[in-house]
Amino acid sequence: MSDPVLEVENLAKHFDIHHLQQRVFAFSGVGFRLFPGQFLLLRGSNGVGKSTLLRTLYRSYVPKGGHIWFDAAEGRIDLATAADVDVAALRRRDIGFVTQFLIARPRVAAEELVAEPLRLAGWPKAQALDEAHRWLDEFGVKRELWRAYPTTFSGGEQQKINLARALVLPQRLLLLDEPTASLDAGARRALIRRLGALKLQGVAMIGVFHHKEDIAELIDMELTLTVKEMADVAE
Amino acid sequence: MSLIEAPSFKRDLDAPKLNRTQPILTMHGISHRFGDVRALQDVDVTVYAGEVLGIVGESGSGKSTLLRMMNLEEKPDQGDYRLAIPGATANLFALDRFARRMLRARHIGIVYQNPHLGLLMRNSSSGNVAERLLISGERRFSALRSRGRQALDASEFPTERMDAPPIELSGGMQQRVQLAKAIALEPALLLLDEPTTGLDVSVQALVLDTLKRLQRERAITMVLVSHDLGVIRTMADRVMVMRKGRVVEEGLADQIFQDPQHPYTQSLVHAKL
Amino acid sequence: MKKLSQLTLPSQLMSYGFLDPSAKRELRRKLLKAIAIPGCQIPYASREVPMARGWGTGGLQVTLTLLNSSSVVKVIDQGADDGVNAASIRRFLAKVSGARETTDTCKATIIQSRHRVPEEIMREDQILVLQVPEPEPLRPVEHHISAARQMHADANYARLWLILYEQMVRTGRIMQATEYPSLVNGRYVMSPSPIPRWDVPKLHMARHLTLLSAGREKRLYAVPPFTRVEPLAFSDVPYRVEDHAHLTCSRSGLKGFFMNEIPKDDGGSHFELSDSGFCEKTLRRAAGEDVSIGATWYRNGVMS
Repeated sequence: MSDPVLEVENLAKHFDIHHLQQRVFAFSGVGFRLFPGQFLLLRGSNGVGKSTLLRTLYRSYVPKGGHIWFDAAEGRIDLATAADVDVAALRRRDIGFVTQFLIARPRVAAEELVAEPLRLAGWPKAQALDEAHRWLDEFGVKRELWRAYPTTFSGGEQQKINLARALVLPQRLLLLDEPTASLDAGARRALIRRLGALKLQGVAMIGVFHHKEDIAELIDMELTLTVKEMADVAE
Repeated sequence: MSLIEAPSFKRDLDAPKLNRTQPILTMHGISHRFGDVRALQDVDVTVYAGEVLGIVGESGSGKSTLLRMMNLEEKPDQGDYRLAIPGATANLFALDRFARRMLRARHIGIVYQNPHLGLLMRNSSSGNVAERLLISGERRFSALRSRGRQALDASEFPTERMDAPPIELSGGMQQRVQLAKAIALEPALLLLDEPTTGLDVSVQALVLDTLKRLQRERAITMVLVSHDLGVIRTMADRVMVMRKGRVVEEGLADQIFQDPQHPYTQSLVHAKL
Repeated sequence: MKKLSQLTLPSQLMSYGFLDPSAKRELRRKLLKAIAIPGCQIPYASREVPMARGWGTGGLQVTLTLLNSSSVVKVIDQGADDGVNAASIRRFLAKVSGARETTDTCKATIIQSRHRVPEEIMREDQILVLQVPEPEPLRPVEHHISAARQMHADANYARLWLILYEQMVRTGRIMQATEYPSLVNGRYVMSPSPIPRWDVPKLHMARHLTLLSAGREKRLYAVPPFTRVEPLAFSDVPYRVEDHAHLTCSRSGLKGFFMNEIPKDDGGSHFELSDSGFCEKTLRRAAGEDVSIGATWYRNGVMS
């Protein structure tokens, strides 16, 4: 078997709130291995730290202990201690993060938002736009909206554009934070189709999903977080 | 007794890196005093190609002094400054005035908060851009016109007004002229000193949008100084937090805003959100 | 008892050449320096001369320094030898030095001039002294003298080019009529004094030495013989001299030289050669006199 895409060892996270002189514990001792094409579902009750774990893996949150070994083209790199610039480079190239919230920018058209990751990856403009159109269509965004600015779209439409943008490029690792929330049934099916296709292409995924049944056939592993402690990995 | 301790921050310059990331700008050990005031204390900065580094801090934190040093307007008491541009291998602070001026004109663009600092208010807007091109040795009038028009167009300045003097323009338009002048020679480094402070919020958004677009389309390396966290958040890939002449924290923009580590950064982020 | 006159040296009314020896020594040094660094403005201690500042005191001091009894001086004001100012200066120069006076460009060894370069080509053995009101070409763009000096040191002349750019943008042509900024020897930009654009090319690779001196501003500079003088001009907008090539002098009938426009009663105008010495000689030759007229810089209105 090939090397794991991600190998998490003894990962810990807490938050220090200085003005309250308070330390808020999130989790500790988290460890798992994720191979190409595997799907890990994070489980646990509300507030147990599923999103926190995803953000810690993405380095939006600073890990407080342990290792996040990522199998980059240049060799294994520990995301827990890697330089910011490298984390940024890996985010552009290898690691995707899908949330329910779109960061819309004024005066950037939907199609441009979706084509942007492709442009950053060096695609020619026309090709990138074609590809963007394909995915906007797949997620059910109406053609007349492609050139419009998503700042004024409804939550559901924004989310579709967000997903198209996040999934347009097959990355090596995809972090999914409740991507199906606020999606209509058609878009949800398109999302699951796309995730299935990406999985077949070898994209490893870690997800938090509200409705487990949506993605039941994708799941390889489950990790249940409990308050104060993490649980075992069930294969 | 404190349950938690304030983290001390010092960049680890030898941290392992992917081999393809190369810094455009490296500043090391910058210290400077104004009389008894320690304006900068042992500051290290690294800016990588194509990224936007945001520098935040209150007035007097040393952020603008640092930016002036990046623009070679001022020399620190101590420190080393290198830019990855052809022919510049030595510490740039050691260069003579003429060499510094030429380097600044060719490779560094700057947009000031106050357009009076960056523009000749009574010359035409296109002339302000042309001055930059003239310094670089452009002597064809037709080329001055076309290259000036291109730069203004890239800054989303209405080119039919390209010959109006900045003094007749609105604040937002004046910033666009500054920007056009700054990018006319495709600099290795674009410095932005509070570029949208003092503009109406709607105008501010449009100017930031132009900057974003330029960054996206041309991958210009930028250093953005602002006390406005909203601006930094919209623009920056990485953020450096300064206080009293020191860097107290540095990190990816989302990390700084979502999980600030230093007490000062926490108070700054919470005060703004 | 001895008389006072036996105890003192024989007195003179004034120094030779009016200026005291130390003033002349200083000026000579500064002139040498100016010649060594073509186009670079050299400060000097401008002395009092019996003339108001701004009436050519700078030129006068340089001329006084260079004069000796074998010199032949010509003084022109806007091209004319017979203006009150020109005539007074010429007479003064002759009086304090014993030099001879002339109005003939070819015969003069020193020509002090305000606002014109003679039309006849000057030789290696001749010196042109130009009176300069404002020596600093950067004055319109930088009024801090120290900042302007730094710009000269850096050869930072973008702001001067910008003036030309703005003129092109506003009017579609270069409006600079006199004091046309010119690059000397590829290094310093100088103001060639208020000579018309017509005269600037005459300084380029000229055989004669040109000295420019501003008495009020206390600075002098030089264009040595055979030195490049290039008026600033965009590569795609050629430098143009005044449109005088087709004008005919109503006195001498000559064509293709710099003219003065003389208004007529009927509202029209006729033209006369601006270089009055040249005009005079042409008229005398036409009247049958044996007058030698030198070769001219312009032929049929075209710089040769």
